[in-house]
Amino acid sequence: MSAPVLELRDVSRVHGSGDTAVHALRGVTLSVGARELVAVMGPSGSGKSTLLQLAGGLDAPTSGNVLVEGTDLAALSKRDLAAVRRRSVGYVFQDLNLIPALTAVENVMLPRELDGVRSRAARAEALTALEEVGVADLADRFPDEMSGGQQQRTAIARALVGPRRLVLADEPTGALDSQTGEAVLRLLRARCDAGSSGVLVTHEARHAAWADRVVFLRDGTMIDETGYATPVEALLGERR
Amino acid sequence: MSIRHGLLALLERGPRYGYQLRSEFESATGTTWPLNVGQVYTTLARLERDGLVRPVGEADADGRVTYLITDTGRAEVASWFATPVQRADRPRDELAIKLALALTTPGVDIRAVVQTQRTATLRSLQDLTRLKVRAGEDDHAWLLVLEAMIFQAEAEVRWLDHCESRLARLGRLEPITEQAPVPTRAREDAR
Repeated sequence: MSAPVLELRDVSRVHGSGDTAVHALRGVTLSVGARELVAVMGPSGSGKSTLLQLAGGLDAPTSGNVLVEGTDLAALSKRDLAAVRRRSVGYVFQDLNLIPALTAVENVMLPRELDGVRSRAARAEALTALEEVGVADLADRFPDEMSGGQQQRTAIARALVGPRRLVLADEPTGALDSQTGEAVLRLLRARCDAGSSGVLVTHEARHAAWADRVVFLRDGTMIDETGYATPVEALLGERR
Repeated sequence: MSIRHGLLALLERGPRYGYQLRSEFESATGTTWPLNVGQVYTTLARLERDGLVRPVGEADADGRVTYLITDTGRAEVASWFATPVQRADRPRDELAIKLALALTTPGVDIRAVVQTQRTATLRSLQDLTRLKVRAGEDDHAWLLVLEAMIFQAEAEVRWLDHCESRLARLGRLEPITEQAPVPTRAREDAR
């Protein structure tokens, strides 16, 4: 198996200290390979979102290491860390964070332009990403001219644009109806099947079930996981 | 699941013999409920006894008997589709019983029972989801059955989540160690 795209080694995150210390995450070890989608489930306050923030370099662990494509994030300068965040990691949040004053394609281009990619090339990449999520025809619309599902697709395109290989999604189906929510999961699944890696935080079992593995957090500790799913051929075999 | 009504519904489409009924039943329900041909013939015999179907002519060269639905049979199918399935007709929920007993049995870690079930149910949910991804867009009957199982599994996980958070709020998640007061006679016997 190739090197993991994301690796958490014995990661802990404590907020505050002494009697008031809050252990958001305790000694979590997790490795996500290429083409793998891992779902993280757990009650609220179990550390799901903290895990995702650490994985994306938006927060730093109190102890332990976070490696993205083999690079320990703690070893990076602020500037290099920002570059890894832009180049290697894509985020999809529940609140989509699309910039209202920019069109769909401009929203998707933005991270690439920040990365120094020329406007024309960034636009071409953005159109490809929008095409992939099925909203290329809406490229010139502003977020408030799109439905919730279309906005979410745009946000996913933004998370996937360019060479990024790690997608982190925090309740990406939040306010969507069940059909649109499923379309979002299909999209994440297809991206991972095509070579990306993904971590999906969700409280919905039906959505977590799209993952290759589901891990369970409680009080900041990983308490269980489903292991790798049965190959579908074997499932069909059992049913025949 | 009523095999009886399933077979009747298929016979309403036209006369069929046993083996045909079996394979059509399985393809209509996505092979979720495999039937053996013995079950099919037993059911057909009962349906014939009750006047809901009747055989057409003699067995053919391969010994196959074709069955035809009667008017009474048609009425039965119509009423089956028109009648809701009663919750009480389904088997007892072993999981609910298990959790209820886990809560009151000393030394049982109910949280572990809940989690073991949650992981197992998620695993079957993953399997079902993969089958769904694999299923053809037009395989409506199979998708319908798969989604029924998917939503049932999801409901079970939601219920487990609900149980766990409720018990956590009530402080009932730790295993009880003390035996509930033992009846006096038993205590004297133990001496």
